[in-house]
Amino acid sequence: MTGIGSSAPRPDGDAKVRGRFPFSSDLCVPGMLWGHTVRSPHAYARIQSVDVTRARAAEGVRVVLTAADVPGRNGFGLVVDDQPVLASDVVRYVGEPVAVVAAATPEQARRAAALVEVAYTELEPLCSVEEALAPDAPALHPDGNLVRTIDIRRGAPSRHAADVVVTGTYTVGMQDQAPLGTESGIAMPTSGGVRLLANSQWIHADRNQLAAVLDLPPAAIDVTLAGVGGAFGAREDITLHAHLCLLALASGRPVKMVYSREESFVGHVHRHPAVLRYEHGARADGTLLYVRCEIDMDGGAYASTSWAVVSNAAAFAVGPYVCDDVEIRARVAYTNNPPCGAMRGFGAVQAAVGHEAQMDRLADALGIDPVELRLRNALDEGDLLPTGQPLRGASPVRRILEELRDLPPVAAPLAVPGGTANVTRGEGVVRGTGYGIGFKAGGMPEGIRDYATAWVRLLRRDGEVVAQVRTAAAEIGQGLSTVVPQIVRTELGVADVTVLPADTSVGSAGSSSASRQTYMTGGAVQAACRALREQLVERAHEYHGHRFGELLERGHDISLRDGMLELDDTTLLGLDDLVPPEGLEATRRYDHRPTTPFGADGQGEPHVQFIFAGHRAVADVDVETGLTRVVQLDVVQDVGRAINPVAVEGQMQGGTAQGVGLALMEEIQVERGRIRNASFTDYLVPTILDVPPMTTTILELPDPEAPYGVKGAGEPATISSTPAVMSAVRRAAGRDLFRVPIRPWDLTDLPTES
Amino acid sequence: MRLELDVNGQVHTVEDVAVWESLLTVLRDRLALYGSKNACEQGECGSCSVLVDGEVVCSCLVLAGQAEGRSVVTVEGLDADPIATEVRCALVAAGGVQCGFCTPGFVVTATGLLRDQPCASEPAVREALAGNLCRCTGYSKIVEAIARAQAELGR
Repeated sequence: MTGIGSSAPRPDGDAKVRGRFPFSSDLCVPGMLWGHTVRSPHAYARIQSVDVTRARAAEGVRVVLTAADVPGRNGFGLVVDDQPVLASDVVRYVGEPVAVVAAATPEQARRAAALVEVAYTELEPLCSVEEALAPDAPALHPDGNLVRTIDIRRGAPSRHAADVVVTGTYTVGMQDQAPLGTESGIAMPTSGGVRLLANSQWIHADRNQLAAVLDLPPAAIDVTLAGVGGAFGAREDITLHAHLCLLALASGRPVKMVYSREESFVGHVHRHPAVLRYEHGARADGTLLYVRCEIDMDGGAYASTSWAVVSNAAAFAVGPYVCDDVEIRARVAYTNNPPCGAMRGFGAVQAAVGHEAQMDRLADALGIDPVELRLRNALDEGDLLPTGQPLRGASPVRRILEELRDLPPVAAPLAVPGGTANVTRGEGVVRGTGYGIGFKAGGMPEGIRDYATAWVRLLRRDGEVVAQVRTAAAEIGQGLSTVVPQIVRTELGVADVTVLPADTSVGSAGSSSASRQTYMTGGAVQAACRALREQLVERAHEYHGHRFGELLERGHDISLRDGMLELDDTTLLGLDDLVPPEGLEATRRYDHRPTTPFGADGQGEPHVQFIFAGHRAVADVDVETGLTRVVQLDVVQDVGRAINPVAVEGQMQGGTAQGVGLALMEEIQVERGRIRNASFTDYLVPTILDVPPMTTTILELPDPEAPYGVKGAGEPATISSTPAVMSAVRRAAGRDLFRVPIRPWDLTDLPTES
Repeated sequence: MRLELDVNGQVHTVEDVAVWESLLTVLRDRLALYGSKNACEQGECGSCSVLVDGEVVCSCLVLAGQAEGRSVVTVEGLDADPIATEVRCALVAAGGVQCGFCTPGFVVTATGLLRDQPCASEPAVREALAGNLCRCTGYSKIVEAIARAQAELGR
């Protein structure tokens, strides 16, 4: 039986390889209409008027809606609801929705959308944090342009005792999650409400925001997760969800919408671009004495999750190193750039680019091996983080670094980074090896009361006991739908486990983000199974006359295995004798241990658990052309307990690839608020030729407070991959690098892009 | 225009196809063959890969009219194909599937590759799959799956 610790295959795997798995873009309902969105062409403008007369009269059009048609609160957002569903008086970014259309065919909807006449008065956009925070800048929102500042201070940073001081300013470009499936879904009216099938990372958060927008009670809105073609943070905020519901309710018909790739680029939030200014002071022996850091993040036009991203950047700004004297300030501002929010790694990615480049340069300045320098400063159990929170449990930092250090050398012949184009014969190719390590918190921080709910049922079918599970947790490709049945098989000894579709008929599972779902929903499933186990033992007592309670108290072991209830490895009863015809069920909620908000000077215990990974990268750089090929990339990650080792490796490898993208090629280019490369032709996602062979090493240092000891596995590899690649390229090219993605002209003396 | 399309061994008559409609649109919206995915519409991602007269093509870059008189095979048409069967089994077993949006495209492309070059080396496999983007897996387990499928087919 494939319980926890086995690499059970995905239950949806067969449907997916046959092309029969229904993604949200594949859904069709008889009589459905197609929606299309009218978007702002301006980064910042006042709306003078919106005229929908011609659009409404166009062929096939059923409804055209503007801000005036939003029945409830015309605002949404995960932290503050500052983002209009449809802009009414002002647009604050290029692509902001102004109106929506539903028509009989997608083409009719698209053409009608082009007939909506919006008169704008253009305003001068604020296109950087600097512009937005200038004293005379106009306020984009009622509370001004600063979304949040986080200050974390411990000790007293001072240059006095430092033998070496290294400073650097690093820039991180705007990355896109670029999930292969674009935003899509269907909404349909129901008696008294609406049903939505769409992609999401958290259907209850969607529902709560929709309830306010639609002015309906949450219970009148049924949100069902439809097949998600990747998420990586892009599905945390709602996108087309409210538009679909509005159109369905207004037309009385089901309405479907699918974003094009170009629309997807403007339709969801991105990873925050950041500027990070660092100063590290160290003793000659490498001991880190102090770190000063200022981080500015561009939040774009609306808040999304900026509030939490910036605190993550601040909390992990030093990296996994001991340092008693720190001074960190991180800010995020509103601008007229595309809104930024969640993406895998969530603030820690940007910080790691800075702290790891600093550690490398510090190692150079001191003449110490970069891995050795990191080892000398590695966080250990009980060490205090900049927030004053102690690192509980065994620290994996040393283990990760030692594993990386002891990897065999790479023997592959030098690659020609130009690939098949063969722009040179490789005369200028140089190899470099680099390292990176990073960490973040798993779970929701800062005192948020986060929980997950699971419902588990045992029932008899054809003389066998089978289990069903329902949670609202979003399967987004990460493999939760594999992990959940593994937990049920382990806990209840039942082979046949079905995971029912995620919908809002059960309590919230929280978000499939922050690497938290195996921990949280896994914990809820475990708890529900254990409640069922108690019911079974209770029934066994009634059924067989054994006094199980006493036996348990006397140290006897009762277990459920292979459909049997066993006492000290002796089979007593088949589960089919214990499960009544109507079945047994249990619903349980799982809460992680409480955390605190950031107190004065950013001190507190804001985080649930800490999750770590490190990489070694080997890169070949053609210093004549500035082209790079990563030839080997090895990752070591601590996951506490690998519930499904193959799935864990998949997270490590996939996260690593996204880190390669940020290091070398992935950047949304924004010019005065306008995205210049909103396509897969112009925004480069790593291909199978860009991602090198990898080795994966899983460490299992259990978290005693987490179910089965698990630690979040989804994000850490994305954090350390980018700085490792940057480090390898830096070694190869023999020059300091201060931004990602690294561009060819950062590596050569060729003229830069004008 | 009216088209007669040979898709998965069956001739379909499709009415009122606009001249600008892609093969992908017709497969999905007219023939309800949703296995071919639309992710970029520029031929960059390979999610819509199908076989046209045995050649792997991006169906988003082929006009539906161009497919007339040719044999089109989508991922659904590979259900009983022995090479595709091994590719599919290996992808699931090796963990080469996560969100699965790119997966049908990989199945089609890999099947086309292994038909022509059953013993393709790893670099050749990577080169052949370079037109298929996957955002979830980092490709390692896809490469591993193709090797497993080759081993099974070579028995």
